[in-house]
Amino acid sequence: MEPRIIGTSVPRKEGRDKVTGAARYVDDISFPGMIHGLTVRSPAPRGRIVNMHFDSGIPWPDFTIVTAKDIPGKNCVMLLIDDQPALADGFVNHPEEPVLLLAHPDKYLLEEARRAVRIEIEPSAGVFTIADSLARREIIWGLDNIFKSFRVEKGDVDSAWSSAAFIVEGEYETGAQEQLYIEPQGIIAQAGPAEGVTVWGSLQCPYYVHKALLPLFGLPKDRIRIVQTETGGGFGGKEEYPSMIAAHAALLAWKSGKPVKMIYDRAEDMVATTKRHPSRTIHRTGVTRDGKLLAMEIDFTIDGGAYQTLSPVVLSRGTIHAAGPYECPNVRIKSRAIATNAPPHGAFRGFGAPQSVFALERHLDRIAHVIGLSPEELRRRNFIRKGQTLAVHQVVREQVDLAGLMDRAFELCEYHAKRERFTHENLHAFVKRGIGFASFLHGAGFTGSGEEYLASEAALEVTCEGRVRVFAGSTEMGQGTNTVFTQIAAETLGLGCDQIEIAQPDTARVPNSGPTVASRTTMIVGKLVETSARAVQKSLLDSGLLKSNYTPAEFNAACAAYINVHGPLQSLTKYQHPCDLHWDDERYQGDAYGAYAWAVYVAEVSVDTRTAEVHVDDFVAVQEVGKVINPILAAGQIEGGVAQGIGFALYENCVWQQGRMINGQMTNYIMPTSMDIPPIRVFFEEIPYERGPAGAKGIGELPLDGTAPAIANAIAQATGADIRRIPITPEVLLEILESVHV
Amino acid sequence: MRSYIPSYELVAPRDLAAALQKMATEPGPWKPFAGGTDLMVLLEAGKLPHRKFLSLYNLRELRGIEITHDQVMIGALTTYTEIRRHETLAREFPLLARAAAETGSIATQNRGTLGGNVANASPAADSPPALLVYEAELELVSSATSRWLPYRAFWSGYKQIALRPDELIRRIRLPRPSNANHWRQYYRKVGTRRAQAISKVCFAAAARIDFQRMAEVRIALGSVAPTVFRAAETERILQGESPTPALLRAAQETLAAEIAPIDDIRSTARYRRRITQHLLAEFFAMLSA
Amino acid sequence: MSEPAGKISVHCTVNGRALILETYPMARLLDVLREQARLTGTKEGCGEGECGACAIEIDGALVNSCLVPALQAEGTKIRTIEGVATENQLHGVQQAFLTHGGAQCGICTPGMILAAINLLARNPHPTDSEIREGLAGNLCRCTGYTKILASVVEACRAAQQATEPRP
Repeated sequence: MEPRIIGTSVPRKEGRDKVTGAARYVDDISFPGMIHGLTVRSPAPRGRIVNMHFDSGIPWPDFTIVTAKDIPGKNCVMLLIDDQPALADGFVNHPEEPVLLLAHPDKYLLEEARRAVRIEIEPSAGVFTIADSLARREIIWGLDNIFKSFRVEKGDVDSAWSSAAFIVEGEYETGAQEQLYIEPQGIIAQAGPAEGVTVWGSLQCPYYVHKALLPLFGLPKDRIRIVQTETGGGFGGKEEYPSMIAAHAALLAWKSGKPVKMIYDRAEDMVATTKRHPSRTIHRTGVTRDGKLLAMEIDFTIDGGAYQTLSPVVLSRGTIHAAGPYECPNVRIKSRAIATNAPPHGAFRGFGAPQSVFALERHLDRIAHVIGLSPEELRRRNFIRKGQTLAVHQVVREQVDLAGLMDRAFELCEYHAKRERFTHENLHAFVKRGIGFASFLHGAGFTGSGEEYLASEAALEVTCEGRVRVFAGSTEMGQGTNTVFTQIAAETLGLGCDQIEIAQPDTARVPNSGPTVASRTTMIVGKLVETSARAVQKSLLDSGLLKSNYTPAEFNAACAAYINVHGPLQSLTKYQHPCDLHWDDERYQGDAYGAYAWAVYVAEVSVDTRTAEVHVDDFVAVQEVGKVINPILAAGQIEGGVAQGIGFALYENCVWQQGRMINGQMTNYIMPTSMDIPPIRVFFEEIPYERGPAGAKGIGELPLDGTAPAIANAIAQATGADIRRIPITPEVLLEILESVHV
Repeated sequence: MRSYIPSYELVAPRDLAAALQKMATEPGPWKPFAGGTDLMVLLEAGKLPHRKFLSLYNLRELRGIEITHDQVMIGALTTYTEIRRHETLAREFPLLARAAAETGSIATQNRGTLGGNVANASPAADSPPALLVYEAELELVSSATSRWLPYRAFWSGYKQIALRPDELIRRIRLPRPSNANHWRQYYRKVGTRRAQAISKVCFAAAARIDFQRMAEVRIALGSVAPTVFRAAETERILQGESPTPALLRAAQETLAAEIAPIDDIRSTARYRRRITQHLLAEFFAMLSA
Repeated sequence: MSEPAGKISVHCTVNGRALILETYPMARLLDVLREQARLTGTKEGCGEGECGACAIEIDGALVNSCLVPALQAEGTKIRTIEGVATENQLHGVQQAFLTHGGAQCGICTPGMILAAINLLARNPHPTDSEIREGLAGNLCRCTGYTKILASVVEACRAAQQATEPRP
């Protein structure tokens, strides 16, 4: 039967509130007696806290002041491990590390008070680069500055070199990137020994915050409650960081006995919160005479900042994606996440893959150049197919036709004709044009045994009026969770979207569906919603109170009757890991992801050689995604992701000084405006994934992987510039262009 | 938001005379506050040391654009939007209209004023190079005095301006040359992105062409020195010459020595120097076309 | 620290209603609208006048309210996002944002809609590049601007159709 709702662009569930200004974000909310809180932070990158001075002129007795000593439980922000303190105690390990908290009813006076606190630090030497950290100039974390390392082995790389006709090496780097959600971090907390802790705020993962506050307060699970408010963008920046700001607001609330609101201004948000992990990748690749990949040796390092936070997981995804969607019999990937004295780096859409995929796709274009094949011919000869194995020994079980995707992308942007025309026109032009592409994959869901470990749940309940309520811990942050869940429930139950309600993510009311990350929300949690809906439907049908082919009115009547007789009509579904997916954590191989989205992206650029400025003129994004649940929302995800990828490639440069971001203003950290972004043309193909709801796979992170390398390859095609690093700022490109001409 | 708002005074004098009177009796403590697009940013960053401001925004005496046969008088409170929409300015002073269009965003252009921009004296501002090319003059008034100062003489160093503590900028005068159609004009701002960008290099230039020679040349630069300035040395070697490749190379060398770009948060000295030279070449190409 | 600036009363009209707002002269109009007037639709994204999330109209001109001191709002007519829809109906631009995906997380949306309305008031038939220029002061991190542009184009088309004489 043709779906009526799945596959249509149902308007955004909460859209009306958003376009009228009625949507309530955390800073729009006030409680009676609420006071404001802020954080006083370390001025130094590393050292011992000698003293804290409180200058005169501020009525300090009217302030709530919290230090590490005031923490009722354990001083940590619990994530994978407990190495990160909520407040620095005795020592600081990065600039802007939180040391002390202040609260007061007067927001202006509070700001004045921030200036009147001086944290005196006896500095010690810090480490600020990947090279220095690996060289162990100082040991700043653990025994060797290494948070985590992985090793992937396939075949026998060491023996393969001798058979290679060509060996190409290269080193590639990516810089940090700030998520730059337009709504800064914000939390309101109410807390006390009697009432427990309740937190409202802008966040992606209510249960992560819940887990983090448990040891901090030493309270049982049912005394901590986290509620997500309308969230103005996350992109990973509100995956783990909110646990920190929630801890702070809650500590102030605990001590003051009042509700505390803590909203970061942009300057604080930029310098103190997480960023994409900077990376360095070293490739060594052996290729046969006819362009077949024979051996790939990849060394991948990411900079995790001062504490471990999520670095092992970012490393994991980056490692698994490092060899791309290609068939290669011999692969070795050695990777590590290292510590530096910078604020911890964290989740940002793509989560390690944008870093390693940039390196790979640039490297492949360079290999093509060396061996005399076109970039597309090199890919064509190596694209993986169903039945072959990826680097981590995962047998590809899906239908995949990357060559077909590539051909379609090329047709849509007249790739060959343009390439030829540009080559000719560039000879006599100051503004050189180029066209380049990247081919890639992105695994949806948590890696390996991650989904099994998460054991996500989602529930559905129907009232006696027939109102359907979806209960999931997944959050809406613009990507369309509310709408997609609505569509899935409505489709499954044969109802209209108006009849479906999505419960606000509140740990007191919704089950733990796992975090809203990893391109998993539609594919994994949407499936749980679908299953719960089906279960509820089955209950009604089996009860005899409803016949198949029912109308919504009949459905409503049946619900009333059912509940009258049987009590609540609800279903909770728990994630079942498919028994044919096996992952070996020890040897780091097996079925890394249940499903992959596959893509080819093409970028067309102009390079003004007089100013070394690059402009993306056109962008085509072709991807196979299983099933498009909502065309406008799905395209919106790709378009937004491509725009972030354009920023990653060309504009978004973090300027560091001793571990501190010194361009922490929107004036100086450059995000693309509407005049910098080209028309982004998005095309989907659908090969349904049987385990996804209606066949859907995950797509949220996909666009971040291929955009930057497509642009870098286009610049290389236009100018001959051998791009090895992003962001490709004009200052950097100027140097490269001048060396090309010499 | 990093300032203690209750400690800031902002008062609106009822007219220009009242404003000047206040500045005469209490010189120094009262600073002029126009559209706020520069000062409010400093306030929010906690970097506005002054505490007493006079809001000039409603003073009609500082608004309006007057055209006579030989000059244009622009009131100090003229916004960028008003500049963009003024037909004569757009037609005869395209560099200024371009600069206004490239300043900030529509919202900034609606509030920001030319006088405020001049008084803020940022070397990275977009309009000053155009004003220098047009040989603007500033009318500076106090309660007792009124004087005209060539804009070129306005600075003595980075943000050091020849504005006395009791003075306000009242008008900006642009001479209307009778031979306007003999002038070829060029403006290019190289910023961090295509909109809402602070400039890395700002190049404004005009040349009066007479029998294929540059009878008069004016080149003004922003973001490559502590102040915006006219590249007088470069102008001197171009004066009276034809724009040939050899002349360009010589001029590029002179220009590179005349500017003093720095490495900063947005760009590098090396980039700025090279791009300034390239923009000179682009100006030449335009003249030869 | 001293508090030499007493509070002032700012008389203005906001979304058609006459208001008297008690505040400090240098308080940001953004904060005054959100806190004293309780109109939280206007948002703070950057506090530097870069992102446009705080955009409102003062006397018909689009401005960033984080850069306007309260004193300078005296005697003005202000429109915020809450004043865009009429009691019964969404504005064509709002409607187009709903049908064409112009809003994702929604935080830039109030400022963006005001910028779009302001643009169309000045230029009812903008080209693609004129739309991009008109909205360049409003940063969006979610959409890549693509569907925002599509929404504005749709709003133009719908407005045009509404004014065309019926056959």
